[in-house]
Amino acid sequence: MFGKLTLDAIPYHEPIVMVTLAAVLLGGAATLAALTKFRLWGYLWKEWFTSVDHKKIGIMYIIVALVMLLRGFADAIMMRLQQAMAAGESAGYLPPHHFDQVFTAHGVIMIFFVAMPFITGLMNLVVPLQIGARDVAYPFLNSLSFWLFVSGVVLVMMSLFVGDFAATGWLAYPPLSGLQYSPTVGVDYYIWSLQLSGLGTTLSGINFIVTIMKMRAPGMTLMKMPVFTWTSLVTNILIVAAFPILTVTLALLTADRYLDMHFFTNELGGNAMMYVNLIWIWGHPEVYILILPCFGAYSEIVATFSKKPLFGYKSMVYATSCIGVLSFVVWLHHFFTMGSGASVNAFFGITTMIISVPTGAKLFNWLFTMYRGRVEFNVPMLWTVGFMVTFVIGGVTGVLMAVPGADFVLHNSVFLIAHFHNVIIGGVVFGVFAAINYWFPKAFGFRLNEFWGKASFWCWLVGFYMAFMPLYVLGLKGMTRRMNHYANPEWQPYLIVAALGAAVIAVGIFCTLVQFYVSIRDRKKLTDPSGDPWGGRTLEWAISSPAPFYNFAIVPQINQLDQFWEDKQNGVAYVQPAKYEDIHMPRNTGVGVVMGAFGTVLGFALVWHIWWLAAVGLLGMIGAFIARAYDRDVDYWVPAAEVEKIERSRHAQLKQFQTTQVAPVAAPQRQKVA
Amino acid sequence: MSSPAVSAAHGALDGVSHGGDAHHHDDGSKTLLGFWIYLMSDCLIFSGLFATFAVLGNSTAGGPTAKELFELPYVLGETMLLLISSVTFGMAMLGMHAGRKGSVVAWLAVTFVFGAGFIGMEVYEFAKLIHEGAGPSTSAFLSSYFTLVGTHGLHVTCGLIWLVVMMDQIRRFGLTDATQRRLSCLSLFWHFLDIVWICVFTFVYLRGAI
Amino acid sequence: MQALFSRLRYAGVGAAVLLSGCNMEVLSPKGDVGAHEKSLILIALGLMAVVAIPVIAMTLWFAWRYRSSNKKATYAPNWSHSTKIEVVVWTIPAIIIVILAVITWTSSHALDPYKPLESEAKPVTVQVVSMDWKWLFVYPEYGVASVNELAFPTDRPVNFQITSDSVMNAFFIPQLGSQIYAMAGMETKLHLIAREPGTYAGLSSNFSGEGFSDMHFKAIATSEDGFNEWIAKAKASQASLDDAGYKALAQPSEKVPVAYYGNVAPNLFVGVINKHMGEMSHDAAMHGEMPKEGMHHDAPQESMQMDMHHHEGGDAVSSNITPAKAEK
Repeated sequence: MFGKLTLDAIPYHEPIVMVTLAAVLLGGAATLAALTKFRLWGYLWKEWFTSVDHKKIGIMYIIVALVMLLRGFADAIMMRLQQAMAAGESAGYLPPHHFDQVFTAHGVIMIFFVAMPFITGLMNLVVPLQIGARDVAYPFLNSLSFWLFVSGVVLVMMSLFVGDFAATGWLAYPPLSGLQYSPTVGVDYYIWSLQLSGLGTTLSGINFIVTIMKMRAPGMTLMKMPVFTWTSLVTNILIVAAFPILTVTLALLTADRYLDMHFFTNELGGNAMMYVNLIWIWGHPEVYILILPCFGAYSEIVATFSKKPLFGYKSMVYATSCIGVLSFVVWLHHFFTMGSGASVNAFFGITTMIISVPTGAKLFNWLFTMYRGRVEFNVPMLWTVGFMVTFVIGGVTGVLMAVPGADFVLHNSVFLIAHFHNVIIGGVVFGVFAAINYWFPKAFGFRLNEFWGKASFWCWLVGFYMAFMPLYVLGLKGMTRRMNHYANPEWQPYLIVAALGAAVIAVGIFCTLVQFYVSIRDRKKLTDPSGDPWGGRTLEWAISSPAPFYNFAIVPQINQLDQFWEDKQNGVAYVQPAKYEDIHMPRNTGVGVVMGAFGTVLGFALVWHIWWLAAVGLLGMIGAFIARAYDRDVDYWVPAAEVEKIERSRHAQLKQFQTTQVAPVAAPQRQKVA
Repeated sequence: MSSPAVSAAHGALDGVSHGGDAHHHDDGSKTLLGFWIYLMSDCLIFSGLFATFAVLGNSTAGGPTAKELFELPYVLGETMLLLISSVTFGMAMLGMHAGRKGSVVAWLAVTFVFGAGFIGMEVYEFAKLIHEGAGPSTSAFLSSYFTLVGTHGLHVTCGLIWLVVMMDQIRRFGLTDATQRRLSCLSLFWHFLDIVWICVFTFVYLRGAI
Repeated sequence: MQALFSRLRYAGVGAAVLLSGCNMEVLSPKGDVGAHEKSLILIALGLMAVVAIPVIAMTLWFAWRYRSSNKKATYAPNWSHSTKIEVVVWTIPAIIIVILAVITWTSSHALDPYKPLESEAKPVTVQVVSMDWKWLFVYPEYGVASVNELAFPTDRPVNFQITSDSVMNAFFIPQLGSQIYAMAGMETKLHLIAREPGTYAGLSSNFSGEGFSDMHFKAIATSEDGFNEWIAKAKASQASLDDAGYKALAQPSEKVPVAYYGNVAPNLFVGVINKHMGEMSHDAAMHGEMPKEGMHHDAPQESMQMDMHHHEGGDAVSSNITPAKAEK
C-alpha cells in the first residue's frame, strides 16, 4: 500500500534533523495560522499563486530562492563546522552518513534551487519590461514552470524529514549512485526533484526564447536590445540545448535504479564513464546559464551608476554569444584525470582557456564603462565592483585548472572548491544581490535600505575571502574535497579560518534579511514616485514603480539602444498619449498550481515506490492539463478607460514629484553637467 | 521520465497560446516557433538516447546480439504503419485547410488507428523479447535498445492521446483558430516522430541486422 | 622565451609565498612529474598575472578616480566606443591564451599519465585496486601485496596499473604528482618517480561513500635496500591473497590498518578487472571453459586502453562521448 514507506523513514535518532523538523513544523503552523487569522489565503491564491503575471511569478521565484538560500547555507555552516572540528582523532559532530548528505544537498540546493530560481526570477521580472512586452509568450506555461520548480523544492525539503537524501555528491556519479551502492531513497529524491524542476526550467527556456524573439517593441532590433535581455536570450538558448541532456542522463540512471537496466552499472556492460560525460555535457553549459544573466545585470548596473552608456555594447554581445557556443565544447575539463589521451585533454583544455578571452573582454568593457564616468556607489554598484575584483581571481584559478598538467594535482581538491565558489559566489551570488537591489523598486515601488545593503555587501565580501582563500591554500597542501574528517592536523587552522569566514557570510545574510525588514517598514520614506530611482537607461524605468499589471499602456516605439535615456535627454520621456486603447491580457489560472501539486505527489510516490499513488499523480497532471485545453475563457480585455485612470494617477504623481524634487537622489537631470 | 514531460510540453505551448498573446496579434506564429523549439529540445533527448545506444550497442555482455534478435520484416511492417499514419495525417491537414470539419475528424481517426497499430506491434515485440529472456536487464545493449525504442513509443502514445483530444475539440468547437493551431502543432509532432522512427529503423534495426 | 618563463615562475612563486608562507605539498614535489607540474602551475599563474593584476588595479583605480564626488575627473557622458581599446582588450588576452595553449599542448603530452617515464633504471610495476574503503597494492614481479601502504625505490620509475573493485576512486600522491581515476572493469595507468626518500601521504581524491575519508595510504619512497627489506617483510607475512583471502578483503571496511600478503594469486589484478567486464565473463561462461590467462590479459589491455587512450585529436569530441566504443 505504501511501497517502501514506513514510519521508520523518519529519522528520529538524528537530533539535528528532529530539531529542524520541530522548528519547521512550528514555524509552518505559525505561518499558516497567521495567514488564516489575517484572511490572506484568498489574497494569496487570487493575486499570487494563480497569477500568470511575469512580475509576480518572478518575485515568487526569488522569494523561494531566498528561503532555499537559508537552507543551503545552513548546510554550508554545518560542513564548515564539521571540517573545522574533525582533525586528527576527532570525528567531529556529523557522522559520514549525515555529512555526505549535507554536502550533496548543499550543492544540489545551491545550484538548482537557489541560483537557478534567482536567475529565472530575474529574467521573469525584467525581460518583458526591457523589451516593452505585456507578458511572456506563454503566461500559463510560465506559471506551470514555476509550480513544477516548487514541487522539486518540496521534494528536496521532504527528503530531510522523510527518508534521506542522496549521499553521492551533487552530480551523483554512478556506480556510487546506483542501486547497489546507494540502496536508500536518497538518490531517488535527487532524481525526481531534479526532473520536475528541470522540466520547468526547459519550459521556461522555450518561453523566454519566443518572448524575446517575437515580442519586442516595434523598432527594437536585436542589436538594440538591452544587454540583460541579450544575456537572457543566450542563457535560454543554452537551457533548451542543455537541459534535455540532463533529462536523458537522469532518466537513464532512473532506468538503472527502477527497471534493473545496465547503463551505468559495473555489471553486464554498463559504462559509468558515459554518465560522467553526459552529465557534464549538461553541467558545463549550466555554469554559463547561471553566470550570463548576471553578466547582463552587471552591464546594466555599471552603465547606470557610471552615468554613461555601456562601453563596447557590440563586443559585449559578441562575447556573450561566443561564451554560449564555447560552453558546449569544454565539458571534458571536469575529468581530465579519467585517462583520456593527451591530445583529447589538451583540446578541451585549450577550448576552456579560449572562453577566458571573451570573458576578459567583458571585464574590460565594464572597466571602460566606469572610465570617465561619474560613478555612484549605491548598493548595486558596490556588488558590481566587488564582483569585478573577485571574479578575476576566480577566472585565473579556472584557467589554471584548464591546463591538464596542473589539473592532475588540483583536481577534486579543495582548490577546486575554492575556485568554483570564487566564480559562483563572486559572479552569480554577487550578481543576484546587485540585481535585487537594482530592480527591487520596479517590483515593489520602493528602494531597499542602503545602510543594511552595504553592511550585507561588506560581510559577504570579507566572509567570502576568509572562507575560501584558506581553501586555495589547503588544495595546494593536498587536501581533497568531501572529507568528513582528516588525519593531518596542519589543515585545521585553515579550516577554522574558513569556518569563521562562513560565519561572517552568515552575518551578511542576516543583514540582507534586516534590510528587507527595515525597507518594508520605511517603505513610505524609500518610495520611488518617479519609477526611475537610479537614472536608468532602459525601458523598464520609463513606467511607474511598481509596474502596472499591463506593463506598458502604450507600447513604445524604439529607435535606438537606451531609448529611455535618449527620451529623457530630449525631454520626451513622459509624454502622455492623447488616447488609450483596450489591452488584451491573460486571465489567471490555478491549473499550474494543481499540476505542480500532482507533480509533487507523483515524485513522492515514485521515490517510495507507491505505484497507485504515482498513477494518481501522473493522471492528475495529464488530466489537469487536458482540462486546461478545454478552458476557453483564458483572456480578457482591460478597457481603455481603466488604463487611462491608472495612467492619469501615475502622471499626476510624476508631476508632483518633478516639481517638489529639487535634487533627486540619483537625478536624471544631473547628467547634463558635461 | 520523458513522457509526462513531453505531453506537458507540447500541450502547454499549445493549450495556452491564445491567452498569452498580450499585445501582438494572435497569428499563431509564436505558438509555432515555440513548438519548433520544443521539438528541437525533444530532438536532443533522442540524440542523447541515440548516442547512448551507439556507445552501448555492442555491450551485449555475452547475451543475445541485435542480429540474433531483430526480425526485419516485422519491424518493416511496423514502420509502414507509422509512415502511412503520417500520410493520413497529411490528409487531415488538407481537410483542415479546405475547412472540411468532417473530413478532418475522419482522417484523424484513421491516423489514430494506424498509430495504435504501431504501438500494438511494438508492445507485442517487446513482450516477445522479454519472454525470450532478452529483456532490458539482460545487457547494456538491451537496456539502451528498450529505452530508445520505448521512448519513441511513449511519444507516439502521447500523440495518440493528443489525437483523441483534438478529434473531440474539433467536433465540439469546430475548426477555430485555436484548434487549427493545435492541429498544426500535432501535425509537426507526428511527422517529427516519423522522422525519429526512420532513424531508429536505420540505426537500430537495419544496422543491427547487418 | 626561457628567460621569460623563469621570470614568470619567480612571479608565481612570489604570489604563492605571499599567499601562505607555509609548506604546501603540491608546491614542494619530491619527484619529476610533480616538479614539472609545479613549474607548470607557476608559469601559468605568472602568465595570467600579466592581465589579471592590471585588471584588478584598474578596477579599483577607475572606481576611485571616477567616483561621482570627484568633480575634477573628466566626465564623458556619451563616450562608449573606442576601436583602439577594443582591439587591445581582445588581443592581449588572446596572445596570452595562445602562449598558454602552446604550453598546454606540449605539457599535456609530456605529462600524459599513460606515458612511461624515460629512465635508465628498471621500472617497478604496482597494480592498484581501490576497494570499499582501502587500497590494495599488488607487486606482480615479487608476488606480494599490501593494503594501505606502498613502497618503491627512489630514482626508479613506478608503473601503476589501476582499477577499482567497487565505485570510482582516484589514486593520488600529492607530492609525487598526477592523480588518475580508478574505475571498475577497466585499467588506467599512471607513471611516477620519486627523487627523495620519504613517506608521503596518498589518498583517494574522488568521493566513494561512507568510508572515503579514511581511504588514505602511506607511500614510502626508499633506497633500493630499504625497498628490498620492505618486500622481504611482506613476503614473510603468512597471509595469503587467494580467492578466499581476496573475498574477505573486498568486504566493505573502514580505517583498515596496514597489512601485507606474502602470497598472492597470480593474475589477481586482471581477474578483478574482468569481474566487472560483463562481456568477458559471459563469453567464458558460454564457452564453458576457463579463459586462458593470455586472453584475459589482452582483454583489458587492448580494449580498455584503446578506449581510454588512443583517440587522437581529430575525433576528440566524438571519441569522448563514446569512451567505451568497443573496437571490434
